[in-house]
Amino acid sequence: MSSTTALIDLEAGRRAARFERLGERLTRAYTVLVYAFLFLPILIVVIYSFNAGRHVTELTGFSTQWYASAWSDRFLMKALRTSLSIAAISAVLATLMGTASALAMDRLRPRVSSFIELMTYVAIIVPGIVIGIATLIFVVTALDWLNPWLAYVSGGAMAPLGLGAASIIAAHTLFTMAIVNVLVRTRMRGMDRTLIEASEDLFATPWRTFVQVTLPQLMPAVVSGALLAFTFSFDDFIIAFFTSGQDQTVPIYLFASIRRGVNPQVNAIATVLLTVTILAMVVAGLVYRRGRRRATTAATAARAAAAPAAAAPAGRRR
Amino acid sequence: MKASSRVADGRSRRHGVAALLVLPTALWYVGFLVAPLVVLMVMSFGERSPNGGYAPAFTLEQYGNLTTRLTPLTNTLGLAALNTVICLLVAFPIAYTLALKVVGSWRLVLVALVVVPFWTSFLIRTYAWMTLLGANGVPRILGWIGLGDIQLLNTPFAVSLGIVYNYLPLMVLPIFVSLERLDRSLIEASRDLGAGPVATIRQVVLPLAAPGILSGIVLVFIPVMGEYLIPILLGGGKTYFLGNALADLFLQSRNWPFGSALASVFVVGMILLVAGYLALTRRLVRAGRETSLL
Repeated sequence: MSSTTALIDLEAGRRAARFERLGERLTRAYTVLVYAFLFLPILIVVIYSFNAGRHVTELTGFSTQWYASAWSDRFLMKALRTSLSIAAISAVLATLMGTASALAMDRLRPRVSSFIELMTYVAIIVPGIVIGIATLIFVVTALDWLNPWLAYVSGGAMAPLGLGAASIIAAHTLFTMAIVNVLVRTRMRGMDRTLIEASEDLFATPWRTFVQVTLPQLMPAVVSGALLAFTFSFDDFIIAFFTSGQDQTVPIYLFASIRRGVNPQVNAIATVLLTVTILAMVVAGLVYRRGRRRATTAATAARAAAAPAAAAPAGRRR
Repeated sequence: MKASSRVADGRSRRHGVAALLVLPTALWYVGFLVAPLVVLMVMSFGERSPNGGYAPAFTLEQYGNLTTRLTPLTNTLGLAALNTVICLLVAFPIAYTLALKVVGSWRLVLVALVVVPFWTSFLIRTYAWMTLLGANGVPRILGWIGLGDIQLLNTPFAVSLGIVYNYLPLMVLPIFVSLERLDRSLIEASRDLGAGPVATIRQVVLPLAAPGILSGIVLVFIPVMGEYLIPILLGGGKTYFLGNALADLFLQSRNWPFGSALASVFVVGMILLVAGYLALTRRLVRAGRETSLL
């Protein structure tokens, strides 16, 4: 009797294991499929960037002519420089302000922190196109008032201000700063509070606690926030479309050339950007891993040190 | 006595430091968010000046005109909701696999790979799909296997595909982050207590991933509502989103007051949506805290 139940148990266990294996195989296949979906278009772009023919539809042979023509395109190179500086400036500003405000939010007066929280969500929620439009009409309105005044003060020596890189940076930073703030705060919420308490109990100054305990734990959020901010800014079309004035960014250049018709140069530009991106990712990944290894050893050491101390007054916190 | 005054002293200094840390952000919000939105609202009560742009006035005419142009608004709402759901369905298994099934350095590589397409220009990704879906791409291959003459480019399908493709990482990453922090012992406990994989996902993983799922939905839904490029490049201008309507109003017909009214309605709608989202997250966080206390 008991051997039959054991057999049935074994059978059921085997069935469950088989079910699990099937599930595992299905998720694996699905994952591969989604990754293929993600990379197929990019593969196409890379292949066609080396295509000799002018037409995207026919593969005729290997050539690097589109790279040469992109390299010698004066407007493209100028757009690239503009885009890179806008993205770098707004990423730095967004990371600094977003992280600083995230750290401060728990310690602010409730009215101030709820204002910041509200604005953060509004900045994220307001669609890019509305940010672009609002910035456009605001800057135009403000400059209509400011420019005559500036001309009067400078005696006509100053050229009137207009839309341009500065207005793009203002609008980009608004959005990416909010993103960084949310990322860092999400990370803070999931953070191990006991480490901070241990550090405070061990009489570390707030600054030391921040540098040695808080910041290493927040680093993944800060780094991914900075990377997101840079990417967003470098990639943004719609805000720049409304606020760029005379300054041309890479997306605006690309949009114009796609609308003008087939241009294999676009593929070459894309391939270069992609290569740079992957290299940057690999470097960032290595840095992140090294940082994390150091952080985990520090965290384990701290946890081991704090464990006996934390165990005793555990009831106190409630 | 001494100790308590030292505590109070520390607290006020902390307030000061916090205020200093938050000041640049607060100024930026006032200067580049509140002020532009106020100008937008003011303009929405104005009139179009004869040669385009804005003429000061106080009239509700623009909002009255909105009712005759509701199609882009309703159209956008439906399409954005549908595409966000598709995005979620595609993204969740990936986030789950990355967070819980993949271990070690492979995970970092695979997460990075989800983000890599996101790092190529939005325009270029969309342009690549123009090539793929165009007459000489997938439709030609379908023609070889006897499914002749299927148009893919310039259809709503192409628009959906473009949206899922472009917004997938925004959905995968928040869900991944919330699942990665998940305490694996909860899953093991659920297994040990006899729950099957489906029950475990439904009763343990999904509730814990809910904050990530919600942020993913918000991160995707909002930019999709204002989408401009995908409908133009993949939809051939036939699928019309709010973004396209707004771009036309501000850049082509230069009817700024009417455009401002439409944009204002859009913003207010989004803010209401977010208020709902926040209320829901708060409830989730509270629920999460209760369960973790048990």
